[in-house]
Amino acid sequence: MEMRFGKYGGQYVPEVLIPSLKELEKAYKEYKDDPEFKEELDYYLKNYAGRETPLYFAENLTKKIGGAKIYLKREDLLLGGAHKINNSIGQALLAKKMGKTRLIAETGAGEHGLSSAMVGALFKMKTRIYMGAIDVERQKLNVYKMKLHGAEVYPVESGSKTLKDAINEALRDWVETFEDTYYLIGSVVGPYPYPSIVRDFQSVIGKEAKKQILDIEGKLPECIVACVGGGSNSIGIFNEFKNYKEVKLIGVEAAGEGLDTEKHAAALLKGKEGILHGMLSYFLQDEDGQIRPTHSISAGLDYPGVGPEHAYLKDMGAVEYVGITDEEALNAFLELSKTEGIIPALESSHALAHAMKIAKEMDSDEIIIVNLSGRGDKDLDTVMNYVKF
Amino acid sequence: MDKKLVSFIVAGDPNPEATLKFMKALSKHSDIIELGIPFSDPMADGETIQMADIRALNNGMKVSKVFDIIREFRKYSNTPIVVMTYYNPVFNMGLERFLKELKESGGNGLIVVDLPVEDSEEYLSLCKKYGINTIFLAAPNTSEDRIKRIDNASSMFVYLVSLYGTTGVRREISNLAIDFLKRTKKLCKNPVYVGFGISEKEHAKRFIENGADGVVVGSAYVKIIEEYGDSEETAKKLEEKAMELKEGILEGSK
Ligand SMILES: Cc1ncc(COP(=O)(O)O)c(C=O)c1O
Repeated sequence: MEMRFGKYGGQYVPEVLIPSLKELEKAYKEYKDDPEFKEELDYYLKNYAGRETPLYFAENLTKKIGGAKIYLKREDLLLGGAHKINNSIGQALLAKKMGKTRLIAETGAGEHGLSSAMVGALFKMKTRIYMGAIDVERQKLNVYKMKLHGAEVYPVESGSKTLKDAINEALRDWVETFEDTYYLIGSVVGPYPYPSIVRDFQSVIGKEAKKQILDIEGKLPECIVACVGGGSNSIGIFNEFKNYKEVKLIGVEAAGEGLDTEKHAAALLKGKEGILHGMLSYFLQDEDGQIRPTHSISAGLDYPGVGPEHAYLKDMGAVEYVGITDEEALNAFLELSKTEGIIPALESSHALAHAMKIAKEMDSDEIIIVNLSGRGDKDLDTVMNYVKF
Repeated sequence: MDKKLVSFIVAGDPNPEATLKFMKALSKHSDIIELGIPFSDPMADGETIQMADIRALNNGMKVSKVFDIIREFRKYSNTPIVVMTYYNPVFNMGLERFLKELKESGGNGLIVVDLPVEDSEEYLSLCKKYGINTIFLAAPNTSEDRIKRIDNASSMFVYLVSLYGTTGVRREISNLAIDFLKRTKKLCKNPVYVGFGISEKEHAKRFIENGADGVVVGSAYVKIIEEYGDSEETAKKLEEKAMELKEGILEGSK
């Protein structure tokens, strides 16, 4: 496990949290290769969450676009409707092993909050979800679901009232409650060891996808495309492929209303190095080092930073990062809904939109895998504002 | 040695001129002034200081203006000034440039809330180069080994966080805090100051009686600023608060 990815990462937290992070590191090192722990994790991933997820050939879409074959890794079919559950089950099991009785989590789109609420119910742990007040408003359905599972949803009124502020508030909670409380971070962000832990739990996506594409096509894909908010679904699918030079990895950031406007959330493309939420990484910030408000049509990508491993992969040139606007994402959302009968999450629609762009330029014997990180039911309120029937 | 009162306010809350006025008022009874640089994401702070940060930033506060305030204050007073900040504004400006400007403006020390000792090698050598004192925080769950490390990395004083939580006014002092103070006092060669949650004379007195070399008070002042804004009344009330706390320190020193 790595404290840093190149210079990125680290443990930039107030002193009071250092012992908790050391405790977490020790526990994770103890259990991560423990056969019993892995067996338990696999059991819940399969029987509770619904792994493995299919790798689906989107034939209609492929034909319509004309070019590379587009495959979808169907994380949208998991319980809760997104990849977030892979990580939540893993960390909640770890929390139990550590003797913790209470979970806290932050959420933006509500998908991680929901998956945390689900595992809280499953493992009988008291659960509190921190969620920006603006996100509580725009993700009502997920808020209601979290409450159904018995979680308390705490609307965060400070700062920009979105995901970054929910993380601040969860950290403030943890500073007081670390003795019995586990902080279940939802993406590959935060202080070490979180970026490594979340990546490991999400890596199941890439492991399955590799095996599946080899079974179906007998070769690796030319290209893998995934959206990048904090960066967990993308790291999750990239990780297994990062040593294959012939597989091109593309991370898609939210370009919002355009990369040359102020209204986007493209930390890697438009941010600069900084320190927030315990990590050295790329952040959208002003000339004085104040973190800037962000914008994306998808709440799950609406975060001013990105996981430190992505910062490193970008500097190394190992992954290409691109931006997709709100409008392009929305069009991809509509396209997949119509051509395949699958409603993708607006986050995942960013990846899909980019895949649709590049597929055209590729040969018909070439393959793109899109990580369909979630389903779009949660986004219908948003989409209805744009598209009327 | 005399026991110290460190008085914290947020630079630019609600504007730089007011901050200067408040610093002058506080310095009548304080031994050190601690100036916070407002930050968009102050995760170690409770609501009171969060709101102060927002007031300052909304009124256009900038890091460069913090140095202006210090420079201006130096025309009136020699009271040492310690700057408290999150790492990002410093990192963004460039550590070396930040320290140089801090020194040139007349600042004496620096606290970076989210910089752990492990990552402070370059920081320590640059602070030394520019003659800036380094103050690190220790918490009740900090191990003995780390406390020694924190003590070694600190100059001026070691800052004990008296509780598990964020900044903000608390009604009572816990026994945990007193035990922690006694334990830390034995391990440190630097003076040990206690902060977080202290707002009244009795709090100050109790920590001093139990061996603290100083107390740090913040939210109690910031609440006054929150209530009375940019006014003479605020300055007067801040001065009174500092006097009350200093009395507690003197009583505790007897
Ligand atoms: C469906 C979906 N995809 C992607 C994301 C973005 O997160 P990450 O970049 O960590 O995968 C989210 C976050 O809420 C999400 O709900």
